[in-house]
Amino acid sequence: MITIVDYGMGNLRSVQKAFELYYSKVRISSIPEDILSSDKVVLPGVGAFSRAMEELKKRSLVDPIAEIVKKGKPFLGICLGLQLLFEESEEGGRVAGLNILKGKVRRFKDLNGLKIPHMGWNKVRTTHYARRTTILNNIADGSYMYFVHSYYVEPEDKNIAVCRTDYGLSFTSGIQRDNIYAFQFHPEKSQCLGLRIIKNFVDM
Amino acid sequence: MLTKRIIPCLDVKDGRVVKGVKFLNLKDAGDPVEVAQVYDREAADEIIFLDITASFEKRNIMLDFVRRTAETVFMPLTVGGGIRNLDDIRDLLNAGTDKVSINTAAVKSPELIKKASEKFGSQCIVVAVDAKRCQGGKQIKWEIYINGGRTPTGIDALDWGKRVEDAGAGEILLTSMDMDGTKDGYDIELTRMFSENLDIPIIASGGAGNLEHLYKVLTDGKADAALAASIFHFREYSVKQVKEYLIKKGVEVRM
Repeated sequence: MITIVDYGMGNLRSVQKAFELYYSKVRISSIPEDILSSDKVVLPGVGAFSRAMEELKKRSLVDPIAEIVKKGKPFLGICLGLQLLFEESEEGGRVAGLNILKGKVRRFKDLNGLKIPHMGWNKVRTTHYARRTTILNNIADGSYMYFVHSYYVEPEDKNIAVCRTDYGLSFTSGIQRDNIYAFQFHPEKSQCLGLRIIKNFVDM
Repeated sequence: MLTKRIIPCLDVKDGRVVKGVKFLNLKDAGDPVEVAQVYDREAADEIIFLDITASFEKRNIMLDFVRRTAETVFMPLTVGGGIRNLDDIRDLLNAGTDKVSINTAAVKSPELIKKASEKFGSQCIVVAVDAKRCQGGKQIKWEIYINGGRTPTGIDALDWGKRVEDAGAGEILLTSMDMDGTKDGYDIELTRMFSENLDIPIIASGGAGNLEHLYKVLTDGKADAALAASIFHFREYSVKQVKEYLIKKGVEVRM
């Protein structure tokens, strides 16, 4: 069973539909037991970091997420679901995140006239660390993915970056550490190449 | 580099595509879901549905086709038209819309933009601005209109753009009422003024008639995205043709 964590932010139906292309047992749930009993877990999300943390706490989902990650089950974070894995975000002052990965979430600034949010299709450049995982199998270096965000992650351990993207600066657009995979872009909105990442995750 | 986006726009009424879409090989060219699938295959960068359903009772039809589209098309989807409050936005997002486009309701109660972006995130709040050039020696150069372009407001377009940006809008869908439907090209001056004075992305709309028009608005007009309707629907150009042309001219787009 693949569980998509529902914490009340954003529509999860299209995420579920994307996974259902490759796997029949996909549920959307906010029940801690469902998360703990899953083979794979997806943490999606759009919207504000601080509110997302509040909603996760309200539903008692913080500990179950940490536990399932510790159990070694494949875990996929998407967009805000990537950012939430880190220690803290600049969004809304300084807000503590799930603290599963070391590092901070920063706001884009001084972009020389580039627009914020970073919205649209941009290239992901795979790093040589991408080779140690199958998550980016058959994704060519320089493939376009769909982004919508004003904040980006700055991991303490540079070795977890499996891809980077240029927008005023070069930021980490995808990470992998052990069983944790997470992307700043939206695979479920990135047409066939995005769906390939979802398939790679399902096939693990 | 972030690419420039090419966005086909579909007008939908009572769940049906209006402005006869001329697609070959479609079982039902009036079905928004089928048309969206065609644009998905052509690698359009996003799709916008503008719902022009007059009657409120028929809003469920819209939610239904949005749901069906989002379940089959894995690309960003924006829906606009008749959105009045936070509940309308929530229903659309839950049906699978990625962004909502708000016009009249934003002008009538500017607080809506702030509340909506706080609740759902700036990334999903697009403010549609319908701007028309003022004639004669008035103080404002472009005035915004609401109610589908029927009601002038006396509000200066750029002032309004700055206000909605401050309120948390994530993007502006800027339509030139003067150029809309003419096929004589986008209003470059209007588009550039918005793009240079605002930090959020600008989608240019109104006037697309040929490939050069799209090129001009993305370069001279500095738009982040170009919206077009009839040139795509009547198959004068495919999205692919537009992109091939833009690449030849040195504009970065996704193929």
